[in-house]
Amino acid sequence: MTAHKLTTVDGDDNRQGSADHIQYVTVVIGSQLFGLPISQVHDVFVPEKVTQVPLAPPEVEGVLNLRGRIVTAINMRRKLHLKPNDADQGMMAVGIEYKGESYGLVIDAVGEVLNLPRNEMEANPSNLDFRWAEISGGVHRLDGRLMVVLDVDRLLSSLIEPKAA
Amino acid sequence: MDDLLREFLTETNESLDVVDVELVKFEQEPNNATILNNIFRLVHTIKGTCGFLGLPRLEAIAHAAETLMGKFRDGVPVTHEAVTLVLASIDRIKDILADLEAANGAEPDGTDRDLIDELERLSLSADNDDMADEMAAAMAEEKAAEEEVGTDIYQVLERPLRPGEVSLDDLERAFQEAEVEIELPAVEEETEEDSDAVAAAGADVAEAKTSQKEVAKPKNPSAKGKASGQGVSNQSIRVNVETLEHLMTMVSELVLTRNQLLEIVRRHEDSEFKVPLQRLSNVTGELQEGVMKTRMQPIGNAWQKLPRIVRDLSQELDKPIGLEMIGAETELDRQVLELIKDPLTHMIRNSADHGLEEPADRVAAGKPEKGNITLSAYHEGGHIIIEVKDDGRGLNLEKIKEKALKNGVTTEAELEKMADHQIYKFIFAAGFSTATNVTSVSGRGVGMDVVRNNVELIGGSIDLRSTPGRGSSFIIKIPLTLAIVSTLIVEAGGDRYAIPQLSVVELVRVQSNSEHRIERLKDRPVLRLRSKLLPLVHMSELLGQTEEADLDEDNGFIVVMQVGSQSFGVVVDGVFHTEEIVVKPMSSMLRNINMFSGNTILGDGSVIMIIDPNGVASAMASHASGTLTDTAEDEYENAEDHVIDADAPISLLLFRAGSDEPKAVPLSLVTRLEEFDVNKIEHSNGRDLVQYRGSLMPLVYVNEGDRHKSEGTQPMLVFSDNGRSMGLVVDQIVDIVEDRMTIEVLSERQGVLGSAIIRERATEVIDLGYYLPLAFDDWFMRKEVDTTTKVRKLLFLDDSAFFRNMLTPVLKAAGYDVTVCSSAQSGYELMEKGTDFAAIVTDIEMPDISGYEFCESLRRDTRFRHMPIIALSAVVTPASIEKGRQAGFDDYVAKFDRPGLLAALKDVLTNEFGVAA
Repeated sequence: MTAHKLTTVDGDDNRQGSADHIQYVTVVIGSQLFGLPISQVHDVFVPEKVTQVPLAPPEVEGVLNLRGRIVTAINMRRKLHLKPNDADQGMMAVGIEYKGESYGLVIDAVGEVLNLPRNEMEANPSNLDFRWAEISGGVHRLDGRLMVVLDVDRLLSSLIEPKAA
Repeated sequence: MDDLLREFLTETNESLDVVDVELVKFEQEPNNATILNNIFRLVHTIKGTCGFLGLPRLEAIAHAAETLMGKFRDGVPVTHEAVTLVLASIDRIKDILADLEAANGAEPDGTDRDLIDELERLSLSADNDDMADEMAAAMAEEKAAEEEVGTDIYQVLERPLRPGEVSLDDLERAFQEAEVEIELPAVEEETEEDSDAVAAAGADVAEAKTSQKEVAKPKNPSAKGKASGQGVSNQSIRVNVETLEHLMTMVSELVLTRNQLLEIVRRHEDSEFKVPLQRLSNVTGELQEGVMKTRMQPIGNAWQKLPRIVRDLSQELDKPIGLEMIGAETELDRQVLELIKDPLTHMIRNSADHGLEEPADRVAAGKPEKGNITLSAYHEGGHIIIEVKDDGRGLNLEKIKEKALKNGVTTEAELEKMADHQIYKFIFAAGFSTATNVTSVSGRGVGMDVVRNNVELIGGSIDLRSTPGRGSSFIIKIPLTLAIVSTLIVEAGGDRYAIPQLSVVELVRVQSNSEHRIERLKDRPVLRLRSKLLPLVHMSELLGQTEEADLDEDNGFIVVMQVGSQSFGVVVDGVFHTEEIVVKPMSSMLRNINMFSGNTILGDGSVIMIIDPNGVASAMASHASGTLTDTAEDEYENAEDHVIDADAPISLLLFRAGSDEPKAVPLSLVTRLEEFDVNKIEHSNGRDLVQYRGSLMPLVYVNEGDRHKSEGTQPMLVFSDNGRSMGLVVDQIVDIVEDRMTIEVLSERQGVLGSAIIRERATEVIDLGYYLPLAFDDWFMRKEVDTTTKVRKLLFLDDSAFFRNMLTPVLKAAGYDVTVCSSAQSGYELMEKGTDFAAIVTDIEMPDISGYEFCESLRRDTRFRHMPIIALSAVVTPASIEKGRQAGFDDYVAKFDRPGLLAALKDVLTNEFGVAA
């Protein structure tokens, strides 16, 4: 298992980012760039030996053993209703802690860490696919591409209590 | 806070709990000297320790309480008032202790004069009585010995204790403790400190009160007796919970490592590691068992406070209540124990307050005046079942219904369909209390949902049964989540699973030529096993991975399992070995899968699922009755394949009217088939009518200008709704068929939906929506008139233009302002823009985003959580309705059931209206 703790890329900034900046770990899902607040990212690892869980929600890729902890892997492509990753390219996962449990968001690739000003984040465009809007905290306009901010809490709570009407 | 004080706090809290219980017992049996002695001793110890630690407030109360109890010991009659007062003092002591703990060892300010005065007043009056008694019965010889003790206490009373002063009681205690030390010289480290302190106290006492030593001595024999009783408790030591937790984790890891080693050795047959590893394995096993034991506690520990609570409730509510506790010795994990304490207390309160009737009502109902609450606990298949039962009035179904409607958790239509036990379950919803009066005891509506949450938090479930007039019982089922279990590792569908050994009875090898072979009864696999016929199910099928047909009958193993009284066989592809595993709870995302009780990491590092035998058992049970649902689901699958216009087979009524080609109408819409004598047909006001059931029923012809027969009988289809009927005149009723209604060619003609192939013939499908208003112009309008105060905006989603065209006019005719969308996405956008809809009607089978998904995501949005949403589907099966209900739909209506749709709309809108009002 190749896991490594994330450290900041820039030495001059602390891990949490300053008050008006947030640091994001960027990930690619499909061809879209997403950002996860670095404070919520525990580690990044390559998911290996994933055990499928029958009867589980389709978004759940399976469970795996990460250094003695059982991690629930979530297939982000499925969650975002994107086409499955057909080319058997390597998967990556971002480790998240949520309510004392470990989750791994399975994504295509991990990118760099960006330090973005808080006030440059824009609200979701109103015509955003509502299944995306549900888990997106906003959008950052970067040079040449857009980055969707993943709201980890909403993402996981939507999976954990989907039927709590 | 120093260690001594911390020790004191823990110990005192424990003692107080015991005092509570004992006092309640004592009140019932005032003559039981053993109980009294117990209480006396406990309070005494508390008092003594307080004095020693310099806690004057506590000491004063304890002392006053003790004095009063001393009177009881001297034979003064025990009164309710006195016991209540003593209990009150104990409560006060507890309060002070709590403050003490919070304030890190400083006694809170304040005075307890009120309590102490009361206590003293009672002791004094008791004294006077006592004196009088003594005068009267001075000759009672055996009393002499007691008297001595009495005098002691009396002496103490005469000269109230001042803070810091060492009393006679301390002296007595010092002797007691000293005895203990002698009897058990090998006390553990932690108690040693305590004993040292005691010894020091003893020395103090000796110094200060040498003169009184003589007086104290006679007490020694009795103290000795008590000391031997205390010896048992002194053999145990207190260990920090964290230490235990840590130990547990370490042992779990050790078990895992051992398993890994075993796995390695298994591959090397002649390894020299084998013997030492065997030994390691055994030791690990024992260690594990030992550590597990340290975590186990009898459930009685959680029940300790209950007798006191019930006693207080009994007084407060003025009803006699008995509490019976069965299975207090049942052991369960300490952690779990802590978590169920509060829910249990709450449930007992509920039973006492709401469950049990007033004494007068009980007598009137022919029950004994005294209500009974039974609390029982037992193990069942790796679970602990705790039941709280009362013999009271049972739950009030009507009130629950009323409240459920009022709270908007359900609709009347839903209630209609629900079984009683489903309705009862509403009491677990938040903010739900059926008690009309909020008492100090319960009824604030924060109760049962909290109980349920707490139970679910530890992975348990709660259920209830209730019989009107006979009582109700709540059943809590708690799985042993944090435990190591022995499991059988099996393979099915390429994956490995662990089945707890506890429920595995035996393994059977299946081969088509052996005596054990799988036979089938109506497609259901069974096995002849000795004298029994065992129902079988394949693991993959249970887990929803394969179809039944794929079952390999020639090769495989059957794991014969027993859960409760239910036996069944689970077919697996392979069986590996047994392995001790550490059960790790399922992630909360997966916890609702009944089939698994947890997961674990195997020796080789992979994660596997642990099968929950109870889940399998209930799946088997529903499987047995599930043939219908199975096929229904199959149909559902099919329907999903051709999303747009393929429908499940429905019953169609075929008839001829006007022309030769057959016509069809969904049978579910037809109320009756009637034949009328043509003479009965009357003509009035330009239309044909028949007298039907006391009113005039207008006749409608399929084609304008058609005529009814001139002689004989005239068949017709009667459609009734809300007291009105219409007769559709037909030439001949041909047949009723079950077929898919796949409309291939849409019709431009009014009154015809289109043509479909039914029984291999092109058949016109009649649009009833056209004919109904022909009979009564206001057929669709009328029912809305009374409820629709303003035009309601409706959002109607359907990807098929055909259905949009078919239903939109119907909805419009019913007085709704309809906005039509062809996809969930566009609907969502409209709603995002803030268009305010009163309700949504959506198709289920839509490409891209299905109706289920659409509804689920709306429900997650707080703005739309209570928006009425009705599902519209070509497929209406119990399974699909259930799926719809889970997705959060308010109602589920078949696409062709237009009256049903209108009724459902009316239902949800009036309901919503009522809630808003």
